[in-house]
Amino acid sequence: MEATSSIDPELEFTSTGVNSSKLGMWIFLASEVMFFTGLIGSYIVLRLGSDTWPDPSQHLATSVLAINTFVLICSSLSMVLGLQAISQGDQKKLTKYLLITILLGTTFLVIKVADYVHMIHNNFTITSSLFGSCYYFLTGFHGLHVAGGIVTLVVVLIMAKKGRFSKSHYDMVECTGLYWHFVDLVWIILFAILCLV
Amino acid sequence: MSGDVDPKPGFIRTYVFSTDHKMIAKQYLFLGIFYLLIAGLFAVQIRMQLAHPDAEAPLIGKALWPQTDGKMPPEFYNMLFTMHGSLMVFFAITPIVIGAFGNFVIPLQIGAKDMAFPILNMLSFWVMFIGGIVMAASFFVPHGAATAGWTAYASLSSSSEVTSPILGHGQTFWLLGIAFAGTSSLMGGINYIVTVLNFRCRGMKLLRMPLTTWGLFFTAILNVLWVPVVAAALFMVLVDRLFGTSFFMAGPLASVEGGQPLLYQHLFWGFGHPEVYILILPVWGLVGDLLSVFSRKPAFGYKATVYSMATIVILSQIVWGHHLFTSGMNPLLGHVFVFLTITISVPTSIFFLNWLATLWRGAIRLTEPMLYALGIVFVFCIGGLTGLFNALQALDIYVHDTYFVVGHFHYTLAASVLFGVFAGIHYWFPKMFGRNMNARMAKVHFCLTFIFLNCVFFSMMYVGAGGHMRRISDPTTYTFLKDFQVWNRFMGYSTLALAAAQLLFAWNFFHSLFFGKKAQQNPWQANTLEWSAPTPPPHGNFLSPPKVARGPYEFNSPLSGDRDWLMQDDPAATASDS
Repeated sequence: MEATSSIDPELEFTSTGVNSSKLGMWIFLASEVMFFTGLIGSYIVLRLGSDTWPDPSQHLATSVLAINTFVLICSSLSMVLGLQAISQGDQKKLTKYLLITILLGTTFLVIKVADYVHMIHNNFTITSSLFGSCYYFLTGFHGLHVAGGIVTLVVVLIMAKKGRFSKSHYDMVECTGLYWHFVDLVWIILFAILCLV
Repeated sequence: MSGDVDPKPGFIRTYVFSTDHKMIAKQYLFLGIFYLLIAGLFAVQIRMQLAHPDAEAPLIGKALWPQTDGKMPPEFYNMLFTMHGSLMVFFAITPIVIGAFGNFVIPLQIGAKDMAFPILNMLSFWVMFIGGIVMAASFFVPHGAATAGWTAYASLSSSSEVTSPILGHGQTFWLLGIAFAGTSSLMGGINYIVTVLNFRCRGMKLLRMPLTTWGLFFTAILNVLWVPVVAAALFMVLVDRLFGTSFFMAGPLASVEGGQPLLYQHLFWGFGHPEVYILILPVWGLVGDLLSVFSRKPAFGYKATVYSMATIVILSQIVWGHHLFTSGMNPLLGHVFVFLTITISVPTSIFFLNWLATLWRGAIRLTEPMLYALGIVFVFCIGGLTGLFNALQALDIYVHDTYFVVGHFHYTLAASVLFGVFAGIHYWFPKMFGRNMNARMAKVHFCLTFIFLNCVFFSMMYVGAGGHMRRISDPTTYTFLKDFQVWNRFMGYSTLALAAAQLLFAWNFFHSLFFGKKAQQNPWQANTLEWSAPTPPPHGNFLSPPKVARGPYEFNSPLSGDRDWLMQDDPAATASDS
């Protein structure tokens, strides 16, 4: 996203004072909230309207998914540490934490795919039951969001390596961080309503 | 970065992959006019089929269906009305009213150099462009285009392609096309909101913005919030089709138990009803602007108009259930939706009365944009009042799925928005292209369009109240509809005349593009900032950053001297605080 990094002082009287990229990212996240509200809301309606709903633990490896949740939460932590590093002007630390975030995100996806393969082997597929459809559909869309986040993080990492961020200029790191935390939050909700309840 | 533009970009950067909001607006305008033409021709085909169900389809019949002597098969009729609605809503109205007017007007009216995110802006156009190609391509896949109506109700739309290949891929193309259009709207919406919130020039307080910008701003908010919801629903339909799941399938066609077709309707109309306001809000704003400019009076109750539009934005998000009165939704829930829907008529009446009060004792100039604006006031009045019939559960059960509903939403959407399109094009054409359109031709075009449009849409409501169903290709197969055939013929010929009248507009538009008289900087003597920019505005729009001293509608102010208008950024007069 290209935008002015700092607001023109001429415009100061007639703007929100929030940096445009960040404002744009927040509005985008609002739309993402509505998207997942559509998905999760549908899941709740389908589940409450269904006479028979299997016990999630019958089909899902809950412990593996719990570990995966932990991995994603850790990636959020490393993202925050990266942001903190660049806000103090430490480019090296930023690069390091971005790399850790990307690795943790990728780990999440790898475990996810391995889990899919394992479950499909056990005849739990997208068409085996309504629960299966919901599970693959919701987690699949979340997975796509994680993948998109990783691609963005790689771009940010390359920019960080080139020294494009500094103590006073790190909007893109912050915006990517906002998105990453959002994706993390969505997973925690999905994990709770799909696997635990 | 906004405003830092290459002063001499090459041909491709100027005309194709431009990041200048004014060029993107023109691209949207031409895209929209192209699909308006296509979807308009579909409407002519539809009405001709209903006028003469037994005759061969004009022009295309002999070539496409030689085995039936050129008679149109019902499946093709289904494709026609599906694609007529979908293309009109997503690829004609949206690009023109939101894409073209929004892009052109917002930065100019708030005194900005460009949009907040110019590259995102360019992408939003090209994503829309791809979506349009995908939609058009769907006619050429085996078994043809989508046939489930523009609402794409499940399970018509969500039956699996995998288990029944006879369904073809048209609906899948439709879903992808709408997904592209939605992505484009989302990108545009984010851009508009950030631009309005962060890029206003000095002195341009929120409550000094012209009503058009307010309308476009509210539209952007609704787009950002509700397009993702329909995206969620459409992705579920897509997965139902391609992977054989049964989110929206029930009964013998479902692969697993528990799917809910009604859920789709909730999700679709959760978006679909705000979508109505997404399309009409910019037009409402435009009418507010035009009535004020051409009555030479301040817009009556400017703040009340803004607040009532804001109220409608909120209410529009919680009334979707009035589309589901006959769908098997709990009638008790229906009562809630009746109440909420009727509540919308309060803010609507407020700004409607503000329009009338703006006209009251004004020095009215019947210019061509003003004629279209007055046309909107008339057709929107009819559309709004007939909406009350549909909003009441007991009445709706009678008129649901008849041509009464079709007539109603064509008055509110087709007639109002079409006039909005014409009003906007005639109003901003001089600023956009630096030339004037032919005024006399435009006035003739308005009169013809107004007459024939009412002939078509009012007749629709008449036959609808008599029980004429929508979405049937041959009304003569029903005995009780035989008497309406004379009306169907009347509508058919009126549609032909309506289409013919558009040739006047097309000629006027394209001829004026190249040969129109050179336009002045402020031909309408309006106050808003777009008219203090040079004609046509250069990259960066304003020669020097404007400073706004007052609201947008200071007509006949004592401060303006011998003129009757006072530009928002006019430094000559002392600032009056609004």
